[in-house]
Amino acid sequence: MTGVGVAIGFWVLAAVAVASALAVVFLRNILRAALLLVLCFVSVAGIYITLNADFLAAVQVLIYAGAIAILLVFAVMLTRDAPRGNLLNRLWFPALIISLLMLMVVIYVSVSTDWHTVTEAAAEPTTLTLATTLFDKEKGFVLPFEIASVLLLAAMIGALVLAKER
Amino acid sequence: MTIGLNHYLILAGVLFSIGLYGALSRRNAVAILMCIEIMLNAVNITMVAFSRYIVPTALTGQIFAIFIMTVAAAEAAVALAIFISIYRHRETVDVERMDLMKW
Repeated sequence: MTGVGVAIGFWVLAAVAVASALAVVFLRNILRAALLLVLCFVSVAGIYITLNADFLAAVQVLIYAGAIAILLVFAVMLTRDAPRGNLLNRLWFPALIISLLMLMVVIYVSVSTDWHTVTEAAAEPTTLTLATTLFDKEKGFVLPFEIASVLLLAAMIGALVLAKER
Repeated sequence: MTIGLNHYLILAGVLFSIGLYGALSRRNAVAILMCIEIMLNAVNITMVAFSRYIVPTALTGQIFAIFIMTVAAAEAAVALAIFISIYRHRETVDVERMDLMKW
């Protein structure tokens, strides 16, 4: 993709993502925070599209904006702390200092490091390359893939056992 | 001006710091989980950006991002089940009052 359109898209999506993330952190009503989290996830999906990651953008919308956000809204409803929920704890000031320090370190490192970027065109569409890399015989990711499926099964059974009424 | 790797890294850093502040300073456990999801999203952005600008044809970063999403989904499901279980016993999801294992 080229030029000005991607730049405009990046700035708009970045502004929306940062603004909605700030709203998630600072809103008092936790149900509104959960809904703004969906907006943040969708704008991150747009960021993936500006990075030529079409499959990942679709997965982001399906898993994060679909499944995880619905789970979070369910949890907010079931725990009924919505109106008074999102209070600060005693350590908010050290937390602010730590996260500002973290931000400064990240910005300093990413600006001062000489990344070996290349100007090759990206693979597009990404699905074929992703599948061949993921399931390649010699240097693929077949074992992590199987472990991930076992992890999902274990998480599903664990969630059922934990949330069951005794 | 053209968008480079640094723009994406700084955006991800900003999102990560916002999520970190939220995760450290909130009292509601579900809100803390939301902030952790923001942090995981920021890490995914750096993965995809490195993959795009350093190995544009190999896409290994995107595969790592897919695994991070899998683990995030599993973690969200288990954490929410734990919160619902705690709420059923103690009528609260305030992390300052979850002190059952503290002595």
